[in-house]
Amino acid sequence: MVVSVPNPWLSWDYVRDNWGDITTALDQHVTLTAQAVGIAALVALPLAVLAYGRPRLAGAVLGLTGALYTVPSLALFAVLYPLLRDRRATVLVGLVMYALLVLVRNILVGLQGVSPAVTDAARGLGYGPARLLLTVQLPNALPAVITGLRLATVTTVALVTVGIVVGYGGLGQLMYRGFNSQYRAEITTATLLTLAVALTADVALWLAGRLVMPWARTAMGR
Amino acid sequence: MSDSVLEQALTWLNDPLNWSGRGGVPALTLEHLGMSVAAVAMAAAIALPVGVWLGHRGRGSTATVVVANTSRALPTLALLFIFAATGLGFGNRPTVIAAAIFAIPPILSNAVTGMAGVDPAARDAARGMGMSGARSLAVVEVPLALPLIGAGLRTSAVQVIATIPLAALVGGGGLGTIIVTGFANRRFGEVVAGGLLVVVLSLAAEGVLALGQRALTPKALRRPR
Repeated sequence: MVVSVPNPWLSWDYVRDNWGDITTALDQHVTLTAQAVGIAALVALPLAVLAYGRPRLAGAVLGLTGALYTVPSLALFAVLYPLLRDRRATVLVGLVMYALLVLVRNILVGLQGVSPAVTDAARGLGYGPARLLLTVQLPNALPAVITGLRLATVTTVALVTVGIVVGYGGLGQLMYRGFNSQYRAEITTATLLTLAVALTADVALWLAGRLVMPWARTAMGR
Repeated sequence: MSDSVLEQALTWLNDPLNWSGRGGVPALTLEHLGMSVAAVAMAAAIALPVGVWLGHRGRGSTATVVVANTSRALPTLALLFIFAATGLGFGNRPTVIAAAIFAIPPILSNAVTGMAGVDPAARDAARGMGMSGARSLAVVEVPLALPLIGAGLRTSAVQVIATIPLAALVGGGGLGTIIVTGFANRRFGEVVAGGLLVVVLSLAAEGVLALGQRALTPKALRRPR
C-alpha cells in the first residue's frame, strides 16, 4: 500500500526537531571555512610576494595554480583521506589548497597592477624594499587582495559540502542525509543556510575592505 | 604511503581489464566528454547571445557580476540533490543541467566584458564604411571580443569537466564512478587514477579549445606567441 506522506520543501517542524544537528553542521561549516581561508591567506601572502619579484617564478606559480585547479574536488578529498587518516584534516587541507590557488593569483595580480610611477616615487623618496612593500605596494594591492579573499571565501563555503565523500561536509552532510531519505525540507534548509553563510561572509569582507581602505570608498562599489 | 598509492594507480591504469567494456576507461571518458559537451553547449546557447547583446548595448555589466558572484555560493551538490528531489531524477541528466547552470556565469561575464571593451573607434569606423549594425556586430565587434569570449568558454569547459565527477554521487556515470567506486572499496590507487584521468581530460580540452580559438581568430588579430 502506498501512503502519500507530505514532503514539503520547507518545514519549521524539521528545523525545530533537528536544531542540534543543524547547529552542529553549521558550526562545522563555518569553522572549516574560516580556518581554511585564514591558513591559505597566511601561506599565500609570502608566496605571492616571493613570486612578484621574480617574473619567471610568477609564470610558474600561475601555471601551476591553473593546472591544480583542474583537479576535481571529489578526487582530491578522496585521495587526501588515506594519507591523513583524519576526516577533518582531509577536508581542511583540501579547502586550503583550493583557496590558496585563488589567493596567490589575486595577490600577485594586485601587486603587478601597482603603478610603476608610484613605486618609483617611493624609491625616489628613499624607501627601502621592505618599507616599499609594506607601506606602498601592499596597500595599493589591497583591493585585489580583498577581492581574492571574498572569492576564496565564497567558493570555500560551497566546496565544504563536497566533504561528504569523507563524511565531514558541514551542511553538506545534512543535504546528503536529506537526499538519501528523500526528505526535501532537510535539503532546502541546508542549502539556504549554506547560501546565507556565503553571503554573510561576503558582505562582512566587503565591509572590512571598505573599513581598511577609506580612500577607495567611492570607487569600490562593486 | 603516497608512493604505494601512486603505484597502485599506475597498476590500475596499466590493467587492460580496466580499459575495456562498458565500465572501461574509454567508455567512461566518452560518457564524461559527452556530458561535458552537452553542459557547455547548453550554457553557451543561453549565455553567449545574452552576453553579446548586453555587452553590445553597453548594459548589464553590474548585474552579470552580481549573478556570477551569487552563483559561486550555491554548492553544485545542493542543486543536484534538489534536482533529485524534484521530477528531474538521478544520474546524468540532472548533473548535466546543474553543470550547465554553473557554466553560464563565466561565459556570460566574459562575453559582456569583451563586447563592452570593443574600441568605440572601431565601431565608428565600421559604421562609417557603411556597415549595418548587425554586420558590424558580426564582422567587427564579435571578432574583436573573441579573446575574452574564448577565455570564458575555456574556463567554463575546464570547470564543467572537473564538476561532472559529482554525477557519480547521484547515480550517474562518467569518470567520477572510478573515484567513487574506488573510495567505497578503499582502493585508493583507483581514486588517484580516476582523478588523474579527469585532470588529463581537462588539460586536453583546454589545449584543444585554445587551438580552436586561435584558428577562429582573424589573422591580423593573432598575437605571435
